[in-house]
Amino acid sequence: MRRFLRLLARPETGALVAALVIFVFFLLVAPSFRSLAAFCTVLYQSSTIGIVAVGVGLLMIGGEFDLSAGVITISAGLVNSMFCWYLGVNLWAGALLSLAFCLAVGFLNGWLVMRTGIPSFLITLGTFFVLQGANLGVTKLVTGSVSSRDISAIDGFASLRKVFAWSFPLGDATVWITVLWWALFVVVAAWTLQRARIGNWIYAVGGSASSARAVGVPVVRTKIGLFMTVSFLGWFVGMHLLYRFNTLQAGNGVGNEFLYIIAAVVGGTLLTGGFGNAFGVAIGAFIFGTTSLGIVYAGWDPNWFKAFLGVMLLLAVLVNTYVKRLSSSPAAFASVADPPAPALAASGKESRRD
Amino acid sequence: MRPFLAAAAVTVLALAACSSGGKDDTKTDSDSGGGNAAGSSGYTVAFVTHETPGDAFWDKVRAGAEQAAKDTGVSLKYSNDPDATKQAQLIQSAVDAKVNGIATTLVTPDALAGAVKSATTAGIPVVGLNAGIDQYQQLGALMYFGSDESLAGTSLGKRIAGQGVKHPLCVIHQTGSVSLEARCAGVKSAVPGTENIQVNGADDSAVTTTLQAKLAQDKSIDYIVALNAQVALDAINAKQQASSQAKLATFDLNTDIAKKIKDGSVEFAIDQQPYVQGYMSVTSLYLYLKNGNDIGGGKPVLTGPSFVDSANIEKILPFTEKNTR
Repeated sequence: MRRFLRLLARPETGALVAALVIFVFFLLVAPSFRSLAAFCTVLYQSSTIGIVAVGVGLLMIGGEFDLSAGVITISAGLVNSMFCWYLGVNLWAGALLSLAFCLAVGFLNGWLVMRTGIPSFLITLGTFFVLQGANLGVTKLVTGSVSSRDISAIDGFASLRKVFAWSFPLGDATVWITVLWWALFVVVAAWTLQRARIGNWIYAVGGSASSARAVGVPVVRTKIGLFMTVSFLGWFVGMHLLYRFNTLQAGNGVGNEFLYIIAAVVGGTLLTGGFGNAFGVAIGAFIFGTTSLGIVYAGWDPNWFKAFLGVMLLLAVLVNTYVKRLSSSPAAFASVADPPAPALAASGKESRRD
Repeated sequence: MRPFLAAAAVTVLALAACSSGGKDDTKTDSDSGGGNAAGSSGYTVAFVTHETPGDAFWDKVRAGAEQAAKDTGVSLKYSNDPDATKQAQLIQSAVDAKVNGIATTLVTPDALAGAVKSATTAGIPVVGLNAGIDQYQQLGALMYFGSDESLAGTSLGKRIAGQGVKHPLCVIHQTGSVSLEARCAGVKSAVPGTENIQVNGADDSAVTTTLQAKLAQDKSIDYIVALNAQVALDAINAKQQASSQAKLATFDLNTDIAKKIKDGSVEFAIDQQPYVQGYMSVTSLYLYLKNGNDIGGGKPVLTGPSFVDSANIEKILPFTEKNTR
């Protein structure tokens, strides 16, 4: 029983069960879902959400939100695209400039949140609008229309495409490099959370910033770092979009910030901070990919997709709340006090909050 | 740290050396010269649309309106809001500001009726454009410039039905849009096997994967009808991924689509000539104010559907680069 409770208390357990159920469900109802090609498409769709969701998950564990994470993907691509198109310079220069820009936005988000004490929800809502407006305004000024120009003829395109938007065939399926990058980012994030000192800091600042500060955790640096991680990953996805599609629509990206948050929440991250892990967030993104495409593979009317997504979100939150209550019951605490087994790392950390 | 920064700076500068493929410096995009200076006719026209910010289509409507304002010497006040009640508010504030004329899209006639009525009561002439072809008269608008969405859909449907297409896929990129639904319904009226699909138009990778999944799920899809240019470009990607042989046609035009029509990956585009919608709305108000003209003689003036295909693409391609088609 204890062992079971312990397992249940891990943030990703509910999501993993849900992911398996949903995946098997679509395998049963949708014949065209049962192929490697379909699986790779689902993985690709999950990766474009999942990469940024890794950062958003970490940030939420650290107790903050970032609503600008969706539009910054487009800002990142636009900065790179227009700078190079207008000045005719190598795309690598633009990519680096864009990286600097995104990190600066992340820094500004974090710095403002820490400096003013205004909730990150409001600060990043502000950034969201500023970026959205600037995306449109600047693009129109530079290119004379609201989509960026085709940059595929500019030097550096081929090599950047290899890095951000390469794909290779696997049988009749296509594997996109974003899937590999996604896996890498998840592993790095998971390792950081479980094994690195910064991981402890992230749980601590999300659990209780004042207690964390009292025991000497650099709260400001940790949180600013988390915001910058989100915008770094946003930059990464922006690069993928730019180098896969060559042009970007300046108004795009809006709404995706919620998908990242949904992936994190479905994956067991608590909205209040201090609880969650990277594998859970990855599973959350995978659930999103499976559902959004599973409905299409099944041949159902995709108009219903959002309704389905909403039900799933509610279920995930219910399961998480239930699990949370179980895991903080005396029985679970007793289990945490057991000699630490590797599998215990997550729940062990979790008990260290406050 | 410092050597690293220096190295990075040197790298950036080295990479920044000139390379080809960017903006063409020799090309000067001068607007057509001549005409009056802005505002010299003394008329002020409010131009209110339901543009979702960042849509290339509306950018052309606006470009047309601005050019017309320049040509006729009208001072133009552009505003937009995709939300119906806010759009009504924008019309109302134009009335309050006592403009000389109002051009507006009538996409949600019921929500806009009150504001349009208060304009006509105040003696301000109203011209409808883009949406509301069936309702503009009863709302009290004088003239209408736009495409008949279901007629456009039907024309597209008839054209592909002639090629023996049985099972087209009509891609709706904006949830609950009446005019997009009307286009697909038009296609369906000509090809009964038409199926609609809903995609998230704000995310190109989502559009691509959704279409890819659909093409893999149903191999009998022999035609894709995209309802805007960007979705059509995503559909080309999706077709490659799913190795689908389906052909592709699209509504709306931009430079990239024009090039794809030229190289054959898009069969044709249905252009409702947004530039003309903007241009004519302002010009017609000018003529009405100055000369009492009634363009269309009480009937809507259609700006489309105009077919752009391999036959006329050579002529049209340069215009798309100037953002006028």
